[in-house]
Amino acid sequence: MVLLVALHFLAAAVAPALVRVLDRKAFPVLALVPAASFVWLLGPVAQATRGEPTTEQWTWIATLGLHVDMTITTLSGVLALLVTGVGALVLVYCTWYFRPHDTEIWRFSGVLTGFAGSMLGLVLADNVYLLYIFWELTTILSFLLIGHNPERRANRRAAVNALIVTTFGGLAMLVGLIGLHLITGTARLSEILAAPPDPGPAVTAAVMLVLVGAISKSALVPFHFWLPGAMAAPTPVSAYLHAAAMVKAGVYLVALLAPAFADTPGWRPVLVGFGIMTMLIGGLRALRQYDVKLLLAYGTVSQLGFLVAVTGAGTRSAAFAGLALLCAHALFKSALFLVVGVIDRSVGTRDLRELSGMRRAAPGLFAASTIAASSMAGLPIFFGFTAKEAALAAFVDLGEDLGHRAWGTAALVGIVLGSMLTVAYSARFLWGAFADKPGAEPCHPREFSVGFPTVPAALASLSLIAGLAGPFLTERLAPYAEQFPPGAHTPSLALWHGLTPALGLSAVCIVLGLALFVWRRPVAATQHAIVDRVPMPDAERAYQAIMRGVDRLAVEVTGRTQRGSLPVYLGIILITLVAVPGAALLRAWEPPDAHLSDNRLQVVAGVVMIVAAVMTVRSRRRLRAVLLVGVTGYCTAIMFVAHGAPDLALTQVLVETFLLVTFVLVLRRLPPFFSDRPFNIARWWRVGLGTVTGLAVAGFAFIATNARSHGPISQGWPDPAYEYGGGKNIVNVALVDIRAWDTIGELSVLVVAATGIASLIFLITDRSVRPVRPRRIVTPDSNAWLAANLHDQRRSIVFEIVTRLIFHTVVVFSVYLMLSGHNTPGGGFAGGLVAGLALMIRYLAGGREELDNAAPVDAGVVLGLGLATAAMSGLLPTLLGGGVLQSAIVDIPLPLVGELHLVTSVFFDIGVYLVVVGLALDVLRSLGNGIDAHIEDEGSNEPTSEVTP
Amino acid sequence: MSANLMLIAVVGVMVGCGTTLILERSLTRILVGFVLIGNGLNILFLVASGPAGVAPILGQSGERMADPLPQAMALTAIVITLGTTAFGLALAYRAWQLTGTDDVQDDLEDDLIRRRAERDLVSATFDEADDTELPDEDYEGDEDVTTPEVRA
Repeated sequence: MVLLVALHFLAAAVAPALVRVLDRKAFPVLALVPAASFVWLLGPVAQATRGEPTTEQWTWIATLGLHVDMTITTLSGVLALLVTGVGALVLVYCTWYFRPHDTEIWRFSGVLTGFAGSMLGLVLADNVYLLYIFWELTTILSFLLIGHNPERRANRRAAVNALIVTTFGGLAMLVGLIGLHLITGTARLSEILAAPPDPGPAVTAAVMLVLVGAISKSALVPFHFWLPGAMAAPTPVSAYLHAAAMVKAGVYLVALLAPAFADTPGWRPVLVGFGIMTMLIGGLRALRQYDVKLLLAYGTVSQLGFLVAVTGAGTRSAAFAGLALLCAHALFKSALFLVVGVIDRSVGTRDLRELSGMRRAAPGLFAASTIAASSMAGLPIFFGFTAKEAALAAFVDLGEDLGHRAWGTAALVGIVLGSMLTVAYSARFLWGAFADKPGAEPCHPREFSVGFPTVPAALASLSLIAGLAGPFLTERLAPYAEQFPPGAHTPSLALWHGLTPALGLSAVCIVLGLALFVWRRPVAATQHAIVDRVPMPDAERAYQAIMRGVDRLAVEVTGRTQRGSLPVYLGIILITLVAVPGAALLRAWEPPDAHLSDNRLQVVAGVVMIVAAVMTVRSRRRLRAVLLVGVTGYCTAIMFVAHGAPDLALTQVLVETFLLVTFVLVLRRLPPFFSDRPFNIARWWRVGLGTVTGLAVAGFAFIATNARSHGPISQGWPDPAYEYGGGKNIVNVALVDIRAWDTIGELSVLVVAATGIASLIFLITDRSVRPVRPRRIVTPDSNAWLAANLHDQRRSIVFEIVTRLIFHTVVVFSVYLMLSGHNTPGGGFAGGLVAGLALMIRYLAGGREELDNAAPVDAGVVLGLGLATAAMSGLLPTLLGGGVLQSAIVDIPLPLVGELHLVTSVFFDIGVYLVVVGLALDVLRSLGNGIDAHIEDEGSNEPTSEVTP
Repeated sequence: MSANLMLIAVVGVMVGCGTTLILERSLTRILVGFVLIGNGLNILFLVASGPAGVAPILGQSGERMADPLPQAMALTAIVITLGTTAFGLALAYRAWQLTGTDDVQDDLEDDLIRRRAERDLVSATFDEADDTELPDEDYEGDEDVTTPEVRA
């Protein structure tokens, strides 16, 4: 079973490719999947009707207890046969419905096949969550199918309406299903149904929520309006989704739960009440339609109401009639929709005022339509007749079966009235599509392939065959109804039950229904008189008003909260920080246990930092501010030394130097002074907020330090660091081994930042104009120390010579730092930064040509290589049976040198090194070379700016 | 655990000064403030890691060792500060290139939404329902359905 569903999705995935090869002839090939499923299902369904359901369970997510449970019972088996059978025929029909070389059908074919698979999964699912997943899959795929032609606004709206209404219902259903799972303790539907929970408020609430899903999916009042709108979809979709399959999902769910939950308070009033109301409203509106497809759509709304009312009634005979009606409806309604498709394609209109003379022009089509419409109207010998007889008989006895006569009678009157309307609009359909209209020119349908009308004809003939095969079907469908207590009579499908009340009611329906059709003019006038004068609640308008309200609310909330001002956002965040944790801080305050400092170096560095920080805030020159920040940075490094953190100090010094130069590289283009800032109230706000934030953070530091009662977790690190990590420098071992996951994350951040920098400087347009690929250039002047072509005034021979002399030494030192970092201060970060500084010196001494000479590679390549090396060194141990990022210690004896003590995490550190070098290269190339190029461009052609909007 | 007053004072001043700067509109100032806060918070790691000690490297003589865990965290923080600040600088440069200033402007789209809210309008993308697009449903029920002029 699971494989059948999977096969559908597989077919959906290859469908676009298939369409590319076979064009519209791909549809019959795709139809093989549901057709084969149909054939395969015949055996298990026959078994199920003998009382032996087939079940299957695949474990999906064991830790969540989520399984793929599927089962074939009488109910789900019958539905599965309908879904696959009609699905195969509709797919075949698509072959002729679409024009050759239609550019959209590659998508359509995949979505429709996928829909068939979801629908099959929905009816076979035996797990509440699986059911929900397939349920929402059908919703989403139906959204795509309704919006098949998204260019028309009405189509888009129809698709969105269907999506929102059915998803709303689906979510309500999900809550209900979760409720049932929690109440019963099992997610398996069969187990829930076998041992339903004791009634109570929680069960009632859960069941009602599930019913909201069923009602919205099956387009019952007040959710009915999405279905006529959905007629924007291509006609095969209407035939399949909106007649045979998706809208039946709601009916299926009601039928599935009815044996266990029909006695839940509210079940019958909701389903029978709303069902009959929908039946009447749909029927009345069907009588007012001029578009034959919309006529069928409102007819479907009406029929769905009928189906829900009958299956929801919850007696044995009603359940039996409901299942029979469901099959009958799927057969005749899909046939009728397909007929409309043929007419639409061959005549070019669906307006019944324009269709004329079709009976003579397409007699075969007319015959098929007559059979299907007669079945819909419930005329004798057709399936619709036998099924409706059963329904009428069930409702005649409904009052007795339920012990509530008034109720039963009211419901019976309702469905009799509804059936009259059904007869009337069936007649209107036949007349509208095929009759000669005085004054209208006869239509001359284009020639179409023989196969095209064969599909609806086949479906229609099934309505006839099934009508004659009453006893055979009775035997097959009865097992479902036997889950209910026996009622006043034993239900069966037959052409002749004797002179029963049901037969009389059928006759009344047919006669009065035809009368309604014959006197359609006065009937229509009366309808309009009522609709025009009496204000009617309109579900669609209410829905639109709700949607508008939601949008207005969103605009108001966004307009109030999202001001678009960075200082305001930051201010709100900071005020919250000061106010909320700050208030807690004041309450927790106690005289802190404190000492001035650990050593004198801290005091000296600290005082310098404080002075420099305050001066930074006061400085009006950009460069001055940056230099003062540099002072705080170097003092931070001294603080690290004073604390006993040589690794941090080393990295801090390197970073600070690099950052300082980077700042200057950008500042050379910006104005020297900050823009004028008057001493206004805003400034005092900033200073005030800054002060309280600083106080709050200092306060947190106090309280947190005093509150500490346990020793640090890293007390246990030194021994494992050496035994497993193979290094003496615990900080480095932490970076590349103990906490290597953090480092991986950090490397990713660096790669992203570097890529972002490059993308801000080298715009796409820039790249296309000027290749930025770095390449080594040959110095024309062999006497030059460097490949510099700086202006003579800007050259510094001493700097060039020093650069030339120390560059290689510095690079070697950087590699040494990286390798030795495992045991002494250093490591990949420090090594990479030193190499970056070496490149920076080359750039500063010799300009961008010099940088390209020093590193003739793309920064992106270095970054990618680094990240890949780190990732590989993390993944490799898993191949050797270890954990991710686990390191091993290998001692390799080397001749002459002695023994090489190799810890595999060094490869991780090489990755770190490469990423840092890549970052440095990217910064230099973007903010150095890139800005140089911009300056040159501006110099060469002054009036045009290279700014690309 | 006894608190180190000097370190805490440095943290407070650095964060306070940095916060004052990031509330400005000039991107350069914001970045300078960002670096100040970054340095301050790295000192906060020292506060959290307890008293000073010898470097956490095995084989060193001396009393107690400084806590290595906050050091590993601070080390990554230092390098990330470099990456993000450089990115911010590129942003400042780009802003200057486009507008001639590195000031952060108010978001225009947000302003448009605010104005819509003031005028009680729906959002720009809202698909306002209009009755002409409801499905074909005819109300001229008095005449019979054969109206040939519709063929046009």
